[in-house]
Amino acid sequence: MRLLYALLLLLVPVLGVYTFVTADQHGWWFPDNVSTYGPSIDRLFYLIQAMVAITFIGTEVLLAWFMYKYSKRRDDRGVFSHGNHKLEMVWTAIPAVLLLVIAFAQMGTWAEIKFQKGFPDGEFSMDRPIAEVVASQFDWRAIYPGEDGVIGTMDDLENPFEFVVPVDEDVVFNLRSRDVIHAFFVPQFRLKQDALPGHTIPVWFNATEEGVYDLICAELCGWGHYKMAGRVRVVSRPEYDQFLADLDQEWFSNGMEEVQ
Amino acid sequence: MTPPPPPPPNGHAAAPPIHGAPHVAPGEGAPGTVREHHEDHHELGFLRKYVFSVDHKVIGIQFLFSGLIFMVLGGLMAMAIRWQLAWPWTEMPVVGRLLFPQTGKVISPEFYTVLFTMHGTVMIFFVIIPLLTGAFGNYLIPTMIGAPDMAFPKLNMFSYWAMIPAFVCGMAGFFIEGGAAAAGWTAYPPLSTIESAAPGSMSGQTFWLLALTFVGLSSMMGAVNYVTTVVKMRAPGLTMMRLPLTIWALFIAALLQLFALPVLTSASIMQILDRVADTGFFTPTNLVVNNLTPDATGAAAGGQPLLWQHLFWFYSHPAVYIMVLPAMGFASDILATHARKPIFGYKPMVYSMSAIAGLGFIVWGHHMFTSGMNPKLGMTFMVSTVMIALPSAIKVFNWLGTLWGGRIRLNSPMLFASAFVSMFIIGGLSGIWMAATPVDVYIHDTYIVVAHFHYVVFAGSVFAIFAAIYHWFPKMFGRMMNETLGKLHFLGTFVFTNLVFYMMHQLGVAGLMRRTADPYAYEVYAHLQPLNQFISMAAFSLFIWQLFFVVNFFHSLFFGKRVGRNPWQACSLEWAAPSPPGHGNFDRELSVHRGPYEYAAPEADEDYQPQWEK
Ligand code: HEM
Ligand SMILES: [Cu+2]
Ligand SMILES: [Cu+2]
Repeated sequence: MRLLYALLLLLVPVLGVYTFVTADQHGWWFPDNVSTYGPSIDRLFYLIQAMVAITFIGTEVLLAWFMYKYSKRRDDRGVFSHGNHKLEMVWTAIPAVLLLVIAFAQMGTWAEIKFQKGFPDGEFSMDRPIAEVVASQFDWRAIYPGEDGVIGTMDDLENPFEFVVPVDEDVVFNLRSRDVIHAFFVPQFRLKQDALPGHTIPVWFNATEEGVYDLICAELCGWGHYKMAGRVRVVSRPEYDQFLADLDQEWFSNGMEEVQ
Repeated sequence: MTPPPPPPPNGHAAAPPIHGAPHVAPGEGAPGTVREHHEDHHELGFLRKYVFSVDHKVIGIQFLFSGLIFMVLGGLMAMAIRWQLAWPWTEMPVVGRLLFPQTGKVISPEFYTVLFTMHGTVMIFFVIIPLLTGAFGNYLIPTMIGAPDMAFPKLNMFSYWAMIPAFVCGMAGFFIEGGAAAAGWTAYPPLSTIESAAPGSMSGQTFWLLALTFVGLSSMMGAVNYVTTVVKMRAPGLTMMRLPLTIWALFIAALLQLFALPVLTSASIMQILDRVADTGFFTPTNLVVNNLTPDATGAAAGGQPLLWQHLFWFYSHPAVYIMVLPAMGFASDILATHARKPIFGYKPMVYSMSAIAGLGFIVWGHHMFTSGMNPKLGMTFMVSTVMIALPSAIKVFNWLGTLWGGRIRLNSPMLFASAFVSMFIIGGLSGIWMAATPVDVYIHDTYIVVAHFHYVVFAGSVFAIFAAIYHWFPKMFGRMMNETLGKLHFLGTFVFTNLVFYMMHQLGVAGLMRRTADPYAYEVYAHLQPLNQFISMAAFSLFIWQLFFVVNFFHSLFFGKRVGRNPWQACSLEWAAPSPPGHGNFDRELSVHRGPYEYAAPEADEDYQPQWEK
């Protein structure tokens, strides 16, 4: 009986290690990263993973072992101890330092991703975003600025469902919502940002591989939340220019029809 | 919902019932309660005694029963959620026909949002908080500090009765047009404030907010009582530093409620006003919802959706500690008693609980890292959140220290309490990833968060509640619970809990979003369906396995082995009272001579020295 309970408790770290080791085979791990800041996020994840794994396995094994060892039937009494000041100082100080290390290790990456001071300032910047991505129940659209480079003017180009960006370039876009809160989430970019009604939030990323990626709404936005899918298509620069030209064509002819 | 009449006294020196009526509980005639006797003793009919009771024990048991009943309801909703996630849009066998006749026996996407909203609401506001503070807080505070009752017994009664409108409003949503609230237990506006945003945002959301307000009222009355009782009514000699950790925990949790609840109550009233009077506290200007421009978003709206999030989490983060501190207290008492050892580091335990409570007020922003809040603010919330893991770690080390060198009894309370420690380690550690802002950008609102809070709230607090029921059942009802059934209950519960919730971490790392009715439409998630089916199967097993507990609970209530005052040879004061304690709890004058955990003292005659013995 004693052994059974100890083994049960041991099952927890065993399950933990087992799933970690086999996670990749089963697809229970990160989707491949394709953004420039993704690797530093992943690195921070693994840094925490290392510290947590040691604590997790250590404490769980101790617990199982104590439960086994000290549940043996004996007639004498247990150790009469109310604590140990020195030991407690040690196990307060060490985690305190480790936790502070963890906290400070995050700051550079956080600032890089979110602080507007450090936003890219190339072809696309906060003043000249590549597009405005607008969320509404239950779809996404990307609004490109058109010839004049300014969003909110007559020559804006609207592309429903798909947000097309050039590969290997720093892309800044404005995120908006027309109704309730949504969130822009592309797992492969390691990027998530809520779209907040009443606010325009600048966001940036740099995608490193061409391809089509699911754009997922990550904030509950109503009954259709589960199907609020969009797409981010990362293409080469020539393809991107072609895409804009086509879009312009489409909007231009539509405009003509309306005028007539 | 009424407990059976308490069994007769069990051979201890209870004062003889003055009126000799056979149904009178043993302590009824204790000195100090004479005044009330004259007023209502004979007239104490069934209603006064079990329904409109002012006795803290009866009120505690009322909370216990309603909490357990709602736990079944919340559990059933969870099963429906798991059905949908494993086999989306498939006909539900057997019950589908009854529940969803209009939608062809399948869960509609609208109803799915209702399900997870109400599951969270029921479990947090009708189950965990009422069980921890309402049931055990009420039952244990006076008995463990040697008091005859709460400081304000009438207020105490109202604190239970305020739950009734809460239950009614909470459930009313299911019977009205548009259905129940469907904006998540977090109720973020404008989804929750604009009627056209969701079917559940019609009257369902208003009723939901009313329910929340009544729960708040109930907790507030409870908290005032707990704090006053602990401060004013301790037995002579029971200094604060001699209080059992359960009492410290309940005391600190009550303080948290006193300081945090007014904020939630104001916020929910503001949201009600937004909904019924278009005040626009939380609704920004000029939205277009569902192709309509709702009145509430006219030029005058000018509200801030983030304001709600700040106010909500300012309460709800402390609330998560309200949901775990009492559990930590129970675990501490149960571990010490059944390991036959003093708590390792009593004072650090008290200090770390206080630190958790204090820090708990400055970490709420960790729920909002990706919300659009100023990222600099995110940085400070990250540091405070990471630091809150420190007192949590200290507590774990001290529990391990308590077990070390003990003489452990492997009974049901001990198994659940030690499992609480094991599970809390997981929940606490996963908090660190989420506290780390850049990492949280990826894992926020994924199944890692779901795994995290189920480890702390289900595998943590609910395990501690089970431990507490097994441990204090003999005191509450004068009978033992069945050990074999208890151990069986533990076995399956432990295994299935881990299969269900551990695997959710993996879903989260793979990026799976929470609150999605059908994730497999996305290419990145398509391969996760088998794992979700596995989790659902384990979840159904976990649910069914609770039958062992239900059978054990009711069987023991009527047929369990009778016990004396102190079946566990424990040291704290509740074990000095008869089992169950009569009106006024104690049948003799108590004075306290030592701390609550004097087990295994080498010079003593027995391996325990109760607080009340010289
Ligand atoms: C070591 C201590 C803890 C830390 C560092 C921590 C940290 C966090 C963080 C950062 C989040 C937000 C995650 C996100 O949404 O991205 C979170 C969510 C949550 N935590 Fe904890 N936590 C801790 C302990 C607890 C405890 C003890 C409880 C409850 C008893 C708890 C209950 C919750 C709940 C319910 C949520 C999810 C709320 C929601 O979005 O629905 N946490 N925690
Ligand atoms: Cu959504
Ligand atoms: Cu929190």
